[in-house]
Amino acid sequence: MRGRRLGPWLLLAPALLALFFAFALPVGMLLSRAFTEPGSFSTLWQTPVYLQVLGNTLLISAVATPVALLLGFPVAHAMAHGGARLRRLMLFLVLLPFWTSLLVRSFATIILLQRRGPVNALLLNLGLAEAPLPLLHNLTGLMLGAIQLLLPFVILPLYAVMRRIDPGFMRAALSLGASPAQAFWRVYLPLCLPGVTTGGALVFISMLGYFVTPALLGGPRQTMVAQLIQEQVAQFGQWGLAGALSLLLLVAVFLILGIAWRAASSRSVTP
Amino acid sequence: MSFWRGLRGLVCALVGIYLLAPLLVVLVISFSAGSFLRFPPPGLSLQWYHNLLADPAWLDSLAVSLQVLLPTGLIATALGTAAALALVRGKIRSAPFLAAFLLSPLVVPGVITAAGLFLMFRLLGLNGTLAGLVIGHVVLTVPYVVATVGAALRVMDPALERAAAGLGAPPWIAFRRITLPLLAPALASSLLFAMVLSFDELMVALFNGSATLRTVPVQMWSNLRGDFDPSIAAIAALCFLVALLALVAEAWLRRRA
Repeated sequence: MRGRRLGPWLLLAPALLALFFAFALPVGMLLSRAFTEPGSFSTLWQTPVYLQVLGNTLLISAVATPVALLLGFPVAHAMAHGGARLRRLMLFLVLLPFWTSLLVRSFATIILLQRRGPVNALLLNLGLAEAPLPLLHNLTGLMLGAIQLLLPFVILPLYAVMRRIDPGFMRAALSLGASPAQAFWRVYLPLCLPGVTTGGALVFISMLGYFVTPALLGGPRQTMVAQLIQEQVAQFGQWGLAGALSLLLLVAVFLILGIAWRAASSRSVTP
Repeated sequence: MSFWRGLRGLVCALVGIYLLAPLLVVLVISFSAGSFLRFPPPGLSLQWYHNLLADPAWLDSLAVSLQVLLPTGLIATALGTAAALALVRGKIRSAPFLAAFLLSPLVVPGVITAAGLFLMFRLLGLNGTLAGLVIGHVVLTVPYVVATVGAALRVMDPALERAAAGLGAPPWIAFRRITLPLLAPALASSLLFAMVLSFDELMVALFNGSATLRTVPVQMWSNLRGDFDPSIAAIAALCFLVALLALVAEAWLRRRA
């Protein structure tokens, strides 16, 4: 009998120990540097550039999240309620980036957006621009690159939720006299909200920690906090500052997770 | 109503192009005969693939990546599967809390994990070693295995295992003859995904590797940051094809599940 109680713990032990010693402990060591090295936080508060980077990171993530949600919503809707062929095609197109290296996709975005790249050629040919637009190493480049990476994170949770919405609810609303717009706003959208919160939180969290995309596609003014942490460690060996920045980044991540968690549990509409 | 349908179709088409176009461009440009990475290419050739195969830096990085991804995939799949079995079947009261802990590397930004590991590995002398890179990648991939195998276990009918036990099979035989075959597609797909993730991972490889121990992403990163070598188009196209094959293989495995 004792063996049966011990069994699951023996199975769990290797993974738990690995994650404790090679994840929780190292992250804890990094964060503790913020407190063991004196003046880490005061340096952070007193350097306007660092505060600007923190503000930028929050702002960029806050802008990217609704854009990704707005673009992802119709795609998830089509996947959930459209034909089987469309669903398979879109699922493939959404999963492909998931499996493709971040660097490959950033490199591809550089090729597309460069001064004499195909996007600028298209804009010129359509008469939408008179001279090649600067699309790289600025906010445009960062957003175009990042949202492409973020779309799967909104589309997949939204699709998972929409697929389970009984079409009978919409028919009932319509037959009870609701206009299509009313049925959408009052019935369909509230049922989608768990997917919106999950997807939105995933996008926000991922964007907060992005490193490659802002470094390759953004400009100096779009420097994000992950780049700052890397720079403090790799170039200056400022572990205290890196720890303080990491702590703030983690607090932001868990705050978003907490909000999403509360929103999801307080509004459980699943029958 | 048809206006909204049209808009939905338009957004789908645009998003589809947005997701696919960059990858197709990489594929086409890798065969470019020009000396710059311009699209459309002035002609076709295999010059960048020749360059790639002639350059020891790229070949070495490929060897390092393979040496990291194989142990990573196997170790992560073993650890993650054992943990998922215990969490789903083990009747442990703290299972939700432990599951959250095992999944937590997913939400912690990679730069924080990598920098923390660097600090720890400095004490242990593991920076710049293959073992260090494998440890870092195992930590980052175990959560995916726990999630994938856990999901497969949850949809599996526990009555099958109970029936085996009821017919007198000892737990190990029931596991080997019933549970394991039913889990096989999930295990294969976890292994595949863990290896792909390890192959694509940059932060740990950048922090915990060294000038002589560079994975493919680190080599690509230094290329994109500094001297722009157009061979990168060839390696990018190869990476994309590997991803495509892995995705198709995974879809096939899922259909078998």
